Amino acid sequence: MAKRVEATGVTAYYGSFKAIDSINLRVEPKTVTALIGPSGCGKSTFLRAVNRLHEVLPGARVEGSLTVDDENIYDKDVDVTAVRRMIGMVFQRPNPFPTMSIFDNVVAGLKLNGVRRKSVLQDAAEKALRSANLWDEVKDRLGKPGAGLSGGQQQRLCIARTIAVEPQVVLMDEPCSALDPISTLAIEELMFQLKDLYTIIIVTHNMQQAARVSDRTAFFSIEKTGDPGRLIEYDNTQKIFNNPSEQKTEDYITGRFG
Amino acid sequence: MTAPAQTAPGRDPGLRGRRTPLLVLVGVAVVAFGVSAAICYGTGFGNWVLVLVMGLILYLVGSFFAINRYEGRRAARDRTWGALIHSAFVLALLPLVSVVWTLISKGTERLDLNFFSTSMNNIGARDPDGGAVHAIIGTLEQVAIAAAITVPLGVLAAVYIVEYGRGRFTLAIRFFVDVMTGIPSIVAGLFVLAFWVLIVTPWFNNGQPAFSGFAAALALSVLMLPTIVRSTEEMLRLVPAPLREGAYALGVPKWKTIVRVVIPTALPGIITGIMLSIARAAGETAPVLLVAGGSDAVNINPFENNQTSLSLFVFQQAGDASRFAPARAWTAALTLVALVLILTIAAKLLAGRNRLRR
Repeated sequence: MAKRVEATGVTAYYGSFKAIDSINLRVEPKTVTALIGPSGCGKSTFLRAVNRLHEVLPGARVEGSLTVDDENIYDKDVDVTAVRRMIGMVFQRPNPFPTMSIFDNVVAGLKLNGVRRKSVLQDAAEKALRSANLWDEVKDRLGKPGAGLSGGQQQRLCIARTIAVEPQVVLMDEPCSALDPISTLAIEELMFQLKDLYTIIIVTHNMQQAARVSDRTAFFSIEKTGDPGRLIEYDNTQKIFNNPSEQKTEDYITGRFG
Repeated sequence: MTAPAQTAPGRDPGLRGRRTPLLVLVGVAVVAFGVSAAICYGTGFGNWVLVLVMGLILYLVGSFFAINRYEGRRAARDRTWGALIHSAFVLALLPLVSVVWTLISKGTERLDLNFFSTSMNNIGARDPDGGAVHAIIGTLEQVAIAAAITVPLGVLAAVYIVEYGRGRFTLAIRFFVDVMTGIPSIVAGLFVLAFWVLIVTPWFNNGQPAFSGFAAALALSVLMLPTIVRSTEEMLRLVPAPLREGAYALGVPKWKTIVRVVIPTALPGIITGIMLSIARAAGETAPVLLVAGGSDAVNINPFENNQTSLSLFVFQQAGDASRFAPARAWTAALTLVALVLILTIAAKLLAGRNRLRR
């Protein structure tokens, strides 16, 4: 189920602006990797490059190679939609589809990709909602609109929606930044369970969260505004937080910078 | 003018401000309208409308000072502006109420079964009967055909502009859509007359130009298209980008994201835009007169021979010499408004049904 992600010289542009510069990063299967760093350092850009969502924006493009189990997803003959089914993404703000019910939201990825069988959809919905720890809260109102749930529930709904298509890798772009501490805890616990099945890459501004949930941590930074973001240090989370090799990392972790 | 409620520093005014006694405001109102009436009837200049308007202005000025005296300047400004805005609302509503009232009071005279079951065929100037069934059929057919042409075209054009369009070509489309918005209806009618009726129809009609309801629908399409494109475009732009990205991230292809996520989210707004354009088209007279010619008899076939429409019927009856004609014109106008209202409500209900309830 889980796959290895390896970035080699990944450089991303917004028009002529270089947002990240030759990132090399190797993410092992069934681990949680946290990307930390100051705002504007390219963490989210890198994350969006991993499932080829970066190129959706006008003028945005990516150079370099990104392999998932040795298959370059930026090869010319690769089907973008297949890449995105394999690499799911949870966004900063919960974004359930407002016209769909809870049930339809969870199985949206299946339904919109042609799965019709009711029994298959029902099983998939229940399984995904159970893995997202949301089943007990919504099982009696699956027909109600997804937008009617609380923020934390909506975010878990979005996680359920993502894992319902059974991806290999799950990307999370600050999934808890819009949530209260209790919902955050629920989602962090969820990440612990999910990493048995998926490779997880999470962007977070919350360093305690990075320390709590991740096995490996990558620190991104920029020299000054307008410069591209670079990968400064990438190591085991323990090492990054207790004994970083780079001075910049230590400054950031201890709050002296950024 | 000092305001006692604005207290000196150090004196606690309390959280609850003082209220102006109701009696004071009533007193101000009585004085205001009394003075206004005295001026008007005293000088013999103006009637009750002037009394009302002048009284209202005097009351606003008077109440401002009264409230200022009791509650302070901020409260006085707040309440005076509030009153001004409410007055503006009433003022804006007056024409609407007046139109509806006129339509209903004058339109009910011929609001009978006969009106909806007969045409003007073989109705002479001295005949009190006669109806608009031919005009109702004409309006419904022409608007339906125009909608069938413009709704798919307009929505697809808007989808192209918002979701796919890049660069000069899109800018050109948007520019020409804006230009189309400004086309007067008579010009749209002349365009269809010159192009369709005089050049195209002779090929099908043994060399003779032919009026038809379809030609009217074409002219109405020219008028409806820009409205639909622009309103749909605005609605599609309102759909948040994270929604599209959420669908992309599930591996949903772009076209399916548009069809299943973007358009359903924007649907209520799109329908409103379509209904506005239909309402405008249903009220157009000039193009129908130019290219469908008008007719007194029922013509169900929109592709052959003359047709009329409700607005053209109103125009012709209003100018008719028969003393029974004005009543028919009023009833037809009422019917037209009711028809558009029913269509709008039906469309809203249909769009609302898509919303989740259960």
